[in-house]
Amino acid sequence: MNRRSTKRLLAGAAAVGLAVAALSGCSASSGDSGDGKVTLTWWHNGNQDPLKGLWEDVAAEFEEANPNVTVEVTGYQNEDLQKTLIPNALRSNDPPDLFQAWGGGELKDQVAAGYVKDISDDVTDELDAIGPTVSGWQIDGATYALPFSYGIEGFWYNKDLFAQAGITAPPTTLDELNDDVAKLKSAGIVPISVGAGDKWPAAHWWYNFALKDCSPETLTKAQSTHDFSDSCFTTAGEDLETFLETEPFNEGFLATPAQQGAGSSAGLLASGKVAMELMGHWEPGVIGGLTDDKKVPEFLGWFNFPGIEGAAGDPTAALGGGDGFACSQQAPPECVELLKYIMSPDVQKRFGESGAGIPTVADAADSVVDPNLQMVLEGKQNASYVQLWLDTAYGATVGGAMNDGIVNLFAGKGSPKDIVTGMQDAAATE
Amino acid sequence: MTLTRTETVGSAVSAGPTPAGRSARPSRARRRKHLEIALFVGPATIVYVGFVLVPVVLAAVYSLYKWNGFGPLTDFNFPDNYIRALTDPVFVGAIGHNLFIVVLSLVIQGPVAIGLALLLNRRMRGRTLLRVVIFIPYVLSEVIAGLSWKLLLQPDGPFDAFLSAIGLGGMSKLWLADSDVVLWTMFWILTWKYIGFAIILFLAGLQGVPEELSEAAAIDGASWWQIQRHITIPLLGPTIRIWAFLSIIGSLQLFDMIWVVTGGGPAGATATMATYMVQFGFQRNQLGFGSAVAVILFIVSLIFALVYQRFVLRRDLAGSLTQGVG
Repeated sequence: MNRRSTKRLLAGAAAVGLAVAALSGCSASSGDSGDGKVTLTWWHNGNQDPLKGLWEDVAAEFEEANPNVTVEVTGYQNEDLQKTLIPNALRSNDPPDLFQAWGGGELKDQVAAGYVKDISDDVTDELDAIGPTVSGWQIDGATYALPFSYGIEGFWYNKDLFAQAGITAPPTTLDELNDDVAKLKSAGIVPISVGAGDKWPAAHWWYNFALKDCSPETLTKAQSTHDFSDSCFTTAGEDLETFLETEPFNEGFLATPAQQGAGSSAGLLASGKVAMELMGHWEPGVIGGLTDDKKVPEFLGWFNFPGIEGAAGDPTAALGGGDGFACSQQAPPECVELLKYIMSPDVQKRFGESGAGIPTVADAADSVVDPNLQMVLEGKQNASYVQLWLDTAYGATVGGAMNDGIVNLFAGKGSPKDIVTGMQDAAATE
Repeated sequence: MTLTRTETVGSAVSAGPTPAGRSARPSRARRRKHLEIALFVGPATIVYVGFVLVPVVLAAVYSLYKWNGFGPLTDFNFPDNYIRALTDPVFVGAIGHNLFIVVLSLVIQGPVAIGLALLLNRRMRGRTLLRVVIFIPYVLSEVIAGLSWKLLLQPDGPFDAFLSAIGLGGMSKLWLADSDVVLWTMFWILTWKYIGFAIILFLAGLQGVPEELSEAAAIDGASWWQIQRHITIPLLGPTIRIWAFLSIIGSLQLFDMIWVVTGGGPAGATATMATYMVQFGFQRNQLGFGSAVAVILFIVSLIFALVYQRFVLRRDLAGSLTQGVG
């Protein structure tokens, strides 16, 4: 009996050892396994159709054209992916091969740490096709990711509700916007939804006020120096404060999520409960996933954030951003091939046709058949200056402090000055 | 490292399977015993060291640096991270929110749970069903429960509809969006979620209260209330003290339910030390600062745990910690 129990113990120890070995082997989940078989992991933010389905199709097509390659494609909620999943995967040195890249300060940090593959020499044709839009994904002249979608932000509004409130044309100045808010309220319609529970949708209001209050030169300088001492940044907060006093937003907006469910700010617009929402070019895609028939409602219209009379900012300026894909440093060469396939005119056209966004490749521009996205495209073409999302441009540290300060203002805590102070303080901790 | 006659578990493990350098020949049985201890304790020790001790030490190291998580640690800045955390009104507010939950848990959850446990300990129809119903929330996943409440508490959502259906529509509030209300809302959700656990603990404790004592008291003419007050609850003391310990530690480290329902918002009104840590450490890429917050949270919990064990749990734990084996 003694010997048997010893044997059992040894067997148990061996099992534990095997388990430990198996666990430690987990990190080598991707890449070439030696027999020519390659597994690519691909993380993107298309967690809802049509984008989710499109990327799944693209992955399957790539697998078919490259029988040795398996593509594990997963769509995650955008902010989880950007703020948590990708940074953690990069830090733990087990990143996905192909992953979403939003450009700006964030990509700069990732490149500085050596996590992202320099693809400049592999994608020369694609660079020509995309044009200057790619600059947000280039650092010191080298390309680290390619944007497959680029668009600008504006008001998505319900034409029917506007007509019901007696509004004949979308506002072009801040005064007109205020008038329209008043008209909507007197018609018993909630004017605007904002998903302040997610912070950034509220923050975008301040970005747009800053965009229309600050000159392009000031904004460009602030982006590179993180110096926000120009008084226009405080003015932006004051203008926002004045606007908030008109109480234009949906009830309980401080806890409203942006995109999840019928009670989200997008859901409220989709179901006709509010008249408009300030949101990026992805809004039709999100709304399409929140309606009963899974279609983008007919009543949707778009206009750019109106200019402010007498302010230094360019009234046609637009706030925008895009979605790109980058390959991690240790990704196999097939990753770049998959990226090139995603950027091919064929896939880009299908992306444009899906209505999920505005493709960046020139040949695919006329594939945008969605009338709403055509308006965004037109707005972008009319904009003399396009500013990258401020939180993306300033990086996570300053961007996070900025967004918190703005949400505090929405909650009636803190002042316009506090937003700028918070940004300066955060910049000092970098 | 000669082993003394009274070998403790710890030294046996560190000595490895073959204790070398001993003059006396160890008996076969003793060697086998060491091997068994090493094999049984080994896996748990590896996991504990790898996933608890090492991360704690690493966090303490990271907290001394300005570090965004990318690249090597170069920018030593102690004690800036700690000063920054302790002077940030949002973090100080977060500590206040943790203490708010601690105090309310002890003052409200405890008595309610004891009362319900006493009721459920009486013989009555449907007792098992009631026990199960009260325990269900505790079994649900935090995320599922949190999302359900988030949906229920939306403006004009099901909960408000329920209130107006029973004629209390005027009591509707912006449960999650009003910074004066939201912490109470969170406390309600936490109570709903965890009171089942407290009740089960107390019910288990009540089974250890000898029935003879209450019978004797009843024969002497004590009422049900008097029996509970003077016999049952004092004898439930050890259970109450353990529950309070678990409740306080849980409240200090509160994270998941808050994160799912409010994310610490609106405007930091429900931020706790743990949500603050995640927000700054991970979402803002300041892992050094986030680690400093983690260390502060660890120290607060550790000091509390040690003090509580020393002064409150001392009698309960006496005799339960063995001095050594063999």
